[in-house]
Order: sequence, then C-alpha cells, then structure tokens
Amino acid sequence: MFTDFLFHLRAHGLKVSTTEWLSLMDAMSRGFVKSSLAGLYSTARAVLVKKETEYDIYDRAFGSFFEGIDAQFDVSEELLDWLSNPKLPKQLSEEDLKKIKEYDWDTLREEFEKRLKEQKERHDGGNHWVGTGGTSAFGSGGFNPMGIRVGDQGGGRSAVQVATDRRFQNLRSDRVLDTRQIGSALRRLRRLAKDSGPEELDIDLSIDESARNAGEIELVFAPPRRNRVKLLLLMDVGGSMDPYAELCERLFSAANAANHFKAFKHYFFHNCPYEQLYENIERWKGPTTADVLKQIDNTWTVVIVGDAYMHPYELTHVGGAIHYHHSNSDSGLDWLRRIRRRVPNSVWLNPEPERIWTAPTIRLIRTVYPMFPLTLDGISRAVDVMRGARPNEPNPADPVQPHSVRIW
Amino acid sequence: MGIDQFKGTADYITSAELRDAVNISVALEKPLLIKGEPGTGKTRLAEAIADQLNLELINWNVKSTSKAVDGLYVYDTVQRLNDSRFGGGDVDNIRHYIKYGALGRAIAADERKVVLVDEIDKADMEFPNDLLHELDRMSFTVDETGDVISAKQRPIVVITSNNEKELPDAFLRRCIFHFIAFPEKDLMEQIVRVHHPDVEQDLLDQALLRFYWLREQPEIRKRPSTSELIDWIAAMRRAGISPASIEEKLPFLGVLLKRETDLSAIKQARSRSGSPRRFGM
Repeated sequence: MFTDFLFHLRAHGLKVSTTEWLSLMDAMSRGFVKSSLAGLYSTARAVLVKKETEYDIYDRAFGSFFEGIDAQFDVSEELLDWLSNPKLPKQLSEEDLKKIKEYDWDTLREEFEKRLKEQKERHDGGNHWVGTGGTSAFGSGGFNPMGIRVGDQGGGRSAVQVATDRRFQNLRSDRVLDTRQIGSALRRLRRLAKDSGPEELDIDLSIDESARNAGEIELVFAPPRRNRVKLLLLMDVGGSMDPYAELCERLFSAANAANHFKAFKHYFFHNCPYEQLYENIERWKGPTTADVLKQIDNTWTVVIVGDAYMHPYELTHVGGAIHYHHSNSDSGLDWLRRIRRRVPNSVWLNPEPERIWTAPTIRLIRTVYPMFPLTLDGISRAVDVMRGARPNEPNPADPVQPHSVRIW
Repeated sequence: MGIDQFKGTADYITSAELRDAVNISVALEKPLLIKGEPGTGKTRLAEAIADQLNLELINWNVKSTSKAVDGLYVYDTVQRLNDSRFGGGDVDNIRHYIKYGALGRAIAADERKVVLVDEIDKADMEFPNDLLHELDRMSFTVDETGDVISAKQRPIVVITSNNEKELPDAFLRRCIFHFIAFPEKDLMEQIVRVHHPDVEQDLLDQALLRFYWLREQPEIRKRPSTSELIDWIAAMRRAGISPASIEEKLPFLGVLLKRETDLSAIKQARSRSGSPRRFGM
C-alpha cells in the first residue's frame, strides 16, 4: 500500500524523493503515525511536502487514495507488511488506476493538470519554456481590428480556464524554480567594478603590507567593488498581456528579489509607454516618463517587457489617438526612441514565442530595440547584449529613419 | 527521545499539525522549515520549543549581507593584527581569534541547543545551499586551523522564511516543512486570551468580527496579523472603548493597517456602503 501511495503522490505531481520517502518510513517506524490515517496525513505532509503551494495537491492526492477506506483502518499493520517486504512496484495497480478514473469531475481536472504538469516537466530546467498556458499564441481575446479592447479574454477557454486557473494555484512550485532560474540569469548582469565613494579597509592587502613592514601596521584602503548595474524595468500590463501576467510576475520577483543591482526601478505601461508611466497598476498612478528619464542616464540599463502587439496607431500616432495628428513628436514610437536615446543599453523582452513575431508593430519596435523572447535563453541573450556582445540581429543605435514608419 | 516532546506552551498556542511537525523534526533530527504570513508566530515557535524542552535558544538573524560561513565562525583578522602590533591577547594561538557564529556555537556546545535561523530568505540565493553540508552532518571545518567541529548533541534547527526568495530544492528536501495557516477564529480566540486573559467576551467578539472582516477586504494590500490584533485589543481596552462602538467607529484603525493606501481604501469602502453601521456585513 505504501509504495502505491508514493506513486500516487508522484502521479499527482509531488516530487517526492527517495530520501524523503525513507524519512517518512523512519518517522512512521518511530511511532508518529499512531496507526491512524490522521496521523499518516500530518506526518507524511510534514516530511514529503515542502511548499505550501503543494498542500492542495497533496490533499487531493491523499483524499483520492484513501477514499472509502475504513476509519478503523490500521496503518501500522500495513506498514509492518511493507517493512517486511519493501518492494516498489513499477506502476500503480489496476485497482488504484480504476479508483482514480472513477473520480469524476475532479479526475477530469487532475488528468488535465497532470498532462500540463508532464508537459511542464519536459521543459523544466531547460531554456525553452515559453509563455504560460499556451492555449493561444496571441493570448486569446486581444484586439479587434479597430484597436478597441475586448473586455473578455475570448472564447474557447471556459473548461480549460478553470483548470488553468487551478494550475497557477496548485503548481506554483514550477514557478518557484523558474524564479530562481530567472534570478540566476539576471545575475549575469552583475558587473563588478571599482566604485567611487567611501573607501573600505582592504584586509588582505593590509596584512600583506603589515607583514612586509615587519609587523608595523599598515592600513590599506581601497574603493569597494560593487555591482554597478542600475536597472529600469518597464512592463506592459493588461489586455493582450494578461495571459503572460504570471510570467511577468516571475521576472519581476526575480529582478526585485535580486539584491545585486545598484539601483532598481520599475514601472508599468499599457501597450506602449507614452508620457506617463505607472507605479500601481490598480490605480494607474505614477510619474511622468520625462521625470523618470531625468532620474536615469546612460549608465542605466532599461529592460522593457511587452508583447509589442497593438494597433499600429498606438505606436505611430499621438497617444494612439484615432485621428491623425500631423506632429508625431509624442507618439509611442517617439517615446520609445527617447528612452533608447537616453539609455542606449536597452532591450525589449517579448513573452510571445519568437516564431510569431510577425505583427507590424513588433517589426517596428524591433527597429528601435533589440528584441528577445522572455525565456531563460532569451534573457541570457539579452544580458549578453547589455554586457556589450554583438547581437545576431540589427541593433540600430542610431534613430530610426522615417521610412520605417511609412510601412503603414 | 520520545516523540511527543513538544506540546506548545502556556503562552504559545499551536495547532496539532504544527506540534506534529515539530516533534517529527526533533525525532528525525532534520531542520524544521516554517513559513506563514507575517505575525503568525514563526519566530516565537523557536522560543516556545526552547522553553518547553528547556534548552538554550541561539538566534541567527539573517540579513541580506549574511554569508553562510558567518553562522559557523568568523576569523577576526583585524583583532589579531591589532594585538600583534600593540600587544595583548594570545597572538600565537589562532584559535583565540576564531569566533563561532550562531550555528557554530550550537554545534560546538556540549549541551543540546535550539538554533533559530530567522528569515533565511533575506540572504543571497546561494545561502541555503552553502549550509547543506553543515546541516546534514552538523559538523564543520575551521579552515584556518583545520579543526573539525562536530556536534555531540545535534542541535534542533528551526528555519523561518517569508517567501521573499524561493529556496533551492536540495535544501528543501532536507527539511521538515510546515506552513502556519492563518489561525481560524476559535484558535485566534485562544491566542488572544493568552495575551489578554481577562478580556471581555463582548469586546473580543466584536474585535474578531471586525478583524476578520478587514482581512477579507480585497482592497487591503497588507492584511493585519495576529500581533496587530493583540495590539489593537490592548489599545481599545486601555482607551475603554465599548464593544458597541467598535463596529460603528473602527477605532485605532492605524494599529491594524500600516499602509496609508489601506487606510484610505477602508474609509472609502465604508463611505460607499452608506450607513456606517452596516458596512460590509
């Protein structure tokens, strides 16, 4: 039974390692389970489940495995049985499989999640996990041709959506790993350099010098070596970016938690940054773009995250206004150029997979910013560019000529 | 060791599941990792364990600049250099300048200690990984002297995390884990009574009602915690607020809500609902 339970947990997506399993056996043989299912429940959870986000998975796995088992059921007898012959079968038994299958609605959801999970595992640890649910390349819903936002996220998601929502709740452990991975990728931005500012006592050099000085103390001061990277993160939120909210959150928490930047600022925008940036996406309040640009200079690095997918008007015309304005001085594209001019060391990260970067606005933005997919691989490439390596694509440092606007 | 060592103390109320987790961690000699909302008593747990088992508690407050090795030992080169120049101290004996950190002290001690590694997620990402070996073996080597310090009695290690950073899997695999869920009303009543033994039932009921209502408001970014509830009740008792006026006025709201935006959001929510007597109920 116990082995079946282990495989049942694994089948539900809990990554129970053999060490942890043996710890559980250890705890049980020390009498923690007290023969009762309740005891087994809390003991196994404390030993096997390491994230609160996995509690729900565990609960459902436990529930479905032990469903219908008598309350008088004696766990310890089963344990004795197992301990006298501790074999691990290769798979769940027919009976257990049947039991899971009979688990009607929940089973449906579990199977779906399991499939998502399997899919996830194949990508996990690699550099190429892309997007979120990936139910639709363009994040469903999106825009109608006139550039007016459709409130709902579009059709075909109802059943899927429930499961997807659950997935974010339940499988947040996947995100956990990802945040670490993104954090590690961002770490490469670190550029240690002798900093100006107050000097620090260099202990190694002081000892060396003192020894050379026959024990007469010689204190050596040197400027500290600090990471000098200053990062401004601008993120697109809402609309077509909704499906990627989770992914952006990951990038954000990784960047925010990384304490290796000398300075870190972040603002939000919708579709394209104009004269106003937002600190708070619920209240749409924040400083003007001009003010933000005043505070930063060419020693900064700007990372813009967005799908660059919008109506061309929003990019080429004032504030995305419908009517044509003869002066483009405040169009979205102008603001983008202005940011790039102020901070040449800038990149654009796009959560959409690279192969579908076909939207006209994407092409247009790529003339201003080198664009990379928001994957580990993409972030690494972006970091390379910011560190001074040549990108494989045109990276126009000079302002875009008007003709590129005229594709419209 | 028996398996039911820890039962919670008179002034620290635990759930049965948390007690189990503590006892399992003590019995299996594995570090206990505790997560939970701020104010749910993660740090207090270590004190309660030390209290109950009558052991000394050694506190290691992790900072963003903390390094794993600091918890084991620090070699005070500057002191030694100073002593060698100006006399004083036993300069020849390098051991004299090895200072044990929190974990190092616990491992080197003759008696069993409780070590609290508080807010491990504040440190650098690699911090937990750097401690894996030491937590497994409960021994470490002092590089400067080559001394190997091994625990005679494995310390009980309690680690808290606020989820600011995710912890590496290899580290998690070695821990016993418990997430302190926010206390339900019944448990909360017990907890409040520990701090306010003679609180009037009326006041307590009203305060709890308001408190849980506040926590449910979607506008609130930083939800009030247990410790804030206890302070709130203390403030109201001292000011002699009548239970009836709690609903009406929500006095001393600043004790519960620490963010300006939360305060104004609640004020708005109350004015939206018209009569202040009936908001949100």
